[in-house]
Amino acid sequence: MGVTQKLGNLGVVTTTLETAINWARTGATWPLLFGLACCAIEYMSTQASNYDLARFGMELNRASPRQADLMIVAGRVTRKMAPVVRQLYDQMADPKWVIAMGDCASSGGVYNNYAVVQGVDEILPVDVYIAGCPPRPEQLMHGILTLHEKIRGERINEWAK
Amino acid sequence: MANMAMTTAAQNEWQGDLSELKGLVSERALTGETMMLNMGPHHPSTHGVLRLLLELDGEEIVSCIPDVGYLHTGIEKNIEAKTYEKGVTLTDRMDYLAPMSNNMVFCMAIEKLTDLDVPERAQVIRTICLELTRLNSHLVWLGTHAIDMGAMSVFLYCFREREMILDMFEMLSGQRMMGSYIRPGGVWRDLPQEFLPALETFLNYFPAKIDDYERLLTNNPVWIDRTQGIGVIEPDVALAYGITGPSLRASGVNWDIRKTSPYLTYGHYSFDVPLGEHGDVYDRYIVRVREMRESVSIIRQALKHLTQASGGFRSNNRKFVPPPRSELGQSMEAVIHHFKLWTEGFSAPDAEVYMAIESPRGEIGCYLHGTGGNKPRRVHFKTPSLIHISALSMITKNHFIADVVAIIGSVDIVLGDCDR
Repeated sequence: MGVTQKLGNLGVVTTTLETAINWARTGATWPLLFGLACCAIEYMSTQASNYDLARFGMELNRASPRQADLMIVAGRVTRKMAPVVRQLYDQMADPKWVIAMGDCASSGGVYNNYAVVQGVDEILPVDVYIAGCPPRPEQLMHGILTLHEKIRGERINEWAK
Repeated sequence: MANMAMTTAAQNEWQGDLSELKGLVSERALTGETMMLNMGPHHPSTHGVLRLLLELDGEEIVSCIPDVGYLHTGIEKNIEAKTYEKGVTLTDRMDYLAPMSNNMVFCMAIEKLTDLDVPERAQVIRTICLELTRLNSHLVWLGTHAIDMGAMSVFLYCFREREMILDMFEMLSGQRMMGSYIRPGGVWRDLPQEFLPALETFLNYFPAKIDDYERLLTNNPVWIDRTQGIGVIEPDVALAYGITGPSLRASGVNWDIRKTSPYLTYGHYSFDVPLGEHGDVYDRYIVRVREMRESVSIIRQALKHLTQASGGFRSNNRKFVPPPRSELGQSMEAVIHHFKLWTEGFSAPDAEVYMAIESPRGEIGCYLHGTGGNKPRRVHFKTPSLIHISALSMITKNHFIADVVAIIGSVDIVLGDCDR
């Protein structure tokens, strides 16, 4: 947690506000309960018993974008769906992050055609890309931990975007 | 930034007026007597990106207009641009809860079109895979259907057992979900050494787990209240809409393609086709749970059959199926076949076929039209989810809005299957 000094047995730690807030944000990143296609099933597996996403403080999926911090774009974003995805992102309160889960969300994947948006980064700023079709739960967890690392490194002067 | 967000949201709001819905909703909606409510495409209980436009009188549904296409991926069009063998990988991603069923129906259509032989052993392996796929799909269905109604623990148990199936799929193909294991002429490779012990363990372990699910739900008064008498589909109406699979059998119609026109090795095995009586949400639950038990019995019979089955895991016709790696170092002809298959692919005649199998959701059919070349002219899939969604407006009528969630779950739709 970036403790800079421990004061004997007084039970007091000193740290910076930046570190403390980033630590809190990392431990409770609530994802938006939102699935598009195949990757959403692997996302469900990640949350279920065997992989247990709750270990990272992320078991609480919010169906309302107003209460979510993290959007995991799990699946192919089609042209009909793209405005909806953008609206959901706009409705999320700051600070917010986006993970593009899987090949389709990252780059369009195997579908280079009229129907599929070639990567969700055409409509949203993406923080972490996860490869795989669909990615294994371990890969998703790695992506989430990578995002946690990124959040931990955020600076106070970058908060007000 | 905040300002920009607001403009985007405003732009996405519906600009039209109610008269556009004339004919689709009742006259009362146009005067404002009933309320129009939008459900989805982002909704936790629509099992994907389904949008329903509901007309409500209080909490009661007057009419329901499904809006599909939010997951239209252009898979059929993409397959036209690929050789037959490459097309198989795309079929995985249609009905993503039952990838092997999609592989199977596409491969069966190709095999019929090209008159390709498939050895008995390959057929038995395919049967085992298809039944495992059915278990996989039914487990996700049961977990999500239960979670929609507030039974969280069933979801966790179902996904625990599903992981065992996914591990087996990974042994077969190297991928948990999208294995493309079933290929034209057979399967990708023979069963690996560790597969059969893992399957045996699973078969011994799983039936007791089905009892567990039933203990949680079947006699649970909350579950019964939420499901019995809800979403009744009469047998003749079900047939008129073209509903297939467990949803049709729950209405008491005995129609299962595995029995009526047996494909693969289903004709050799004895199994029951569970039927419902009332055609409500509860019966559709009971039918699927019983189907899981039947699948376990089919796999057991197939395992016995596997020891006597003749032939290899795929056809020996070198014009369609690549030679084994071991031959490549010794035979020039094998190298040529390998090269031809992986560059140009094989050709199919200029003819059309339709093949249908029983997927976990119902009848999935593949219409395939060859050109005489290495790519199809047209591929079309007849998928059960689209038909079941089209019936939603009929099933949900006069129910409460909370029942819509139960009904959507009970007809077991997958939007990837519907929109493709």
